[in-house]
Amino acid sequence: MPMIELKGIKRLYQLEGITVKAIQGLDLSVDKGEFIAVMGPSGSGKSTLMNILGCLDKPTEGIYLLDEINTSKANPDEFALIRNKKIGFVFQGFNLLARTTAVENVELPLFYSRKDRKVNMKEKAIAALKEVGLGERLYHKPSQLSGGQQQRVAIARAMVNNPVFILADEPTGNLDTEMTLEIMTLFQNLNNKGKTIIMVTHEPELAAYTRRIITMRDGKLVSDIPVKERRSATDDLMQWKKEHAILQKK
Amino acid sequence: MGPLKLINSSFRNIFRNRMRSLLTSLGIIIGVGSVIVMVAIGDGSRIQIESQLSSMGTNLITVTPRRGTTIPNRLTKADSEKLRNEASYIRAVSGIRQRNFSIVGGSSNWSTTVMGVEPDYLIIRNWDVQEGDFFEEKDLASRNKVAVLGTTVASELFKTEYPIGQSIRIGTNHFKVIGVLEKKGVGAMGNDQDDVVMVPLDTALTRLSQTQTLNSIALSVIREDYMTQAQKEIDIIMREAHNITQYGAATFDIMNMADLIATVSKTSQVLTNLLAAIAGVSLVVGGIGIMNIMLVSVTERTREIGIRMAVGARKRDILFQFLSESIILSLIGGIIGIIFSILVCKFLTTFMSIQTYVNPVVILISVLFAAIVGIFFGYYPARKAAGLYPIDALRYE
Repeated sequence: MPMIELKGIKRLYQLEGITVKAIQGLDLSVDKGEFIAVMGPSGSGKSTLMNILGCLDKPTEGIYLLDEINTSKANPDEFALIRNKKIGFVFQGFNLLARTTAVENVELPLFYSRKDRKVNMKEKAIAALKEVGLGERLYHKPSQLSGGQQQRVAIARAMVNNPVFILADEPTGNLDTEMTLEIMTLFQNLNNKGKTIIMVTHEPELAAYTRRIITMRDGKLVSDIPVKERRSATDDLMQWKKEHAILQKK
Repeated sequence: MGPLKLINSSFRNIFRNRMRSLLTSLGIIIGVGSVIVMVAIGDGSRIQIESQLSSMGTNLITVTPRRGTTIPNRLTKADSEKLRNEASYIRAVSGIRQRNFSIVGGSSNWSTTVMGVEPDYLIIRNWDVQEGDFFEEKDLASRNKVAVLGTTVASELFKTEYPIGQSIRIGTNHFKVIGVLEKKGVGAMGNDQDDVVMVPLDTALTRLSQTQTLNSIALSVIREDYMTQAQKEIDIIMREAHNITQYGAATFDIMNMADLIATVSKTSQVLTNLLAAIAGVSLVVGGIGIMNIMLVSVTERTREIGIRMAVGARKRDILFQFLSESIILSLIGGIIGIIFSILVCKFLTTFMSIQTYVNPVVILISVLFAAIVGIFFGYYPARKAAGLYPIDALRYE
């Protein structure tokens, strides 16, 4: 039984009387432990697929089974609960609460999961931040953190509730090369520990760090191939640092 | 999200924007503050008037000729004599004849009220002389020209001189000062009760007014409990004296102090309510201020709402979050308003000698009202926030 199963998904919009077919018939299944890159030009339906996978949007037609739950029948409150328990979001713009410390940001999903006590929440949040290497910056606010650090706070927030999978939308779109490689290293490490990750990206170089690449075009899945020569972000980061050091010496 | 966590996070959001929160609450602070201060001033003045009226004696009954009746009516000394002899619930009776005169005495003159009264008047008013003596029944009988001065008159005419034994001129008559009354202070209507000269009633009638008509008759009931019976009895005696049947229209009014207090209290209560209503308007305006800021806040925090929804906040979580923020804002405003108003009342009483009374019930009501304002004006923005779609909210710039 796959962890995520999409069957005959269609998503139509009504825009000023014209029907826009954002996704027209899509089947996909994802197993536990996969690391998938979703690629495709803009307007190909990537974002719509993201929204559906993230339970932010409902397909017009088709069935979405997540962890054996049929999400098509969920009401908005149940949708919120699914997002809370099963999905960890990582956005391009980090989407952290401003003027709020890293710990408080990471606590946010626990806030809404309605089961943890305050002390527990803090412990969990601190553990998650330590896991992404931010143990030293627990009480920094987003404005006091670099882009890469902010994104790591966001990743800690995505993982704190131990979700079924992490959904990352262009997670390195706002970051420079070094930070990008750091984030990809983090993702690969998480994935090696068994975490399922689905990442939308424009860049083929980034897709090379994943295990499977699916490509969309005009609301359809046009290719679905495993990555043969998977690159290691850790190695690339070390390589980059070496070159960077030489450049600086010159 | 549990209620404690909710309140905790609301406080955090409010304190993140301290200046704005303070300005938002200001409307409520002023609203609650002015309601409490207004009611406190109203209640204070009412209590003051009531206590002053009571100080005149709750046993006091006054009989006055009814104004505006076509039948000529006169109260005379015969009436007061009849009441003294026949009324059984009455302890003391005094006819009163008063007029304003310019009095010359010592080295200056002074315009004041000259009251012709009977010796019983001191009992009725629960008053006494401070120095010297009050006149007696025999002074009335022989129409002696003796006078007892209120402290204001005594000090205005004689300054530091000893007034007793001195001579004063009232109109064309010379009177001998035989006593000075105790200080009584400010009266119910803001008048100076010590600005008075008392002379024997008969002297006033014959020598000062050349009339037999009294302005009023003051009576003191044995006990306050007998007020009703006493009034009935007086009515019967007066009707008999003036040949009015039981059903005929009375030519006189009988009024007791309790009635007067009730009338004054009612008037003052109406005024207090009016002031409170005007102040209440500012509370509503304050509520609109809260709604305004909450709406701005919802727009400004659209992305935050999106993030919260993405990580699992339900509609009602968002609704309660914004609602609790507006309620806490208005409650904080209410509490500051209460503290503020108590300080203002203290100031008014201490430095401006304006009597105030802060009623705990009014405080309770205004806190309640502040909370209701918070709910009422916070609901619309909160519902707007909760109604956002997560995708749109996340994409909002």
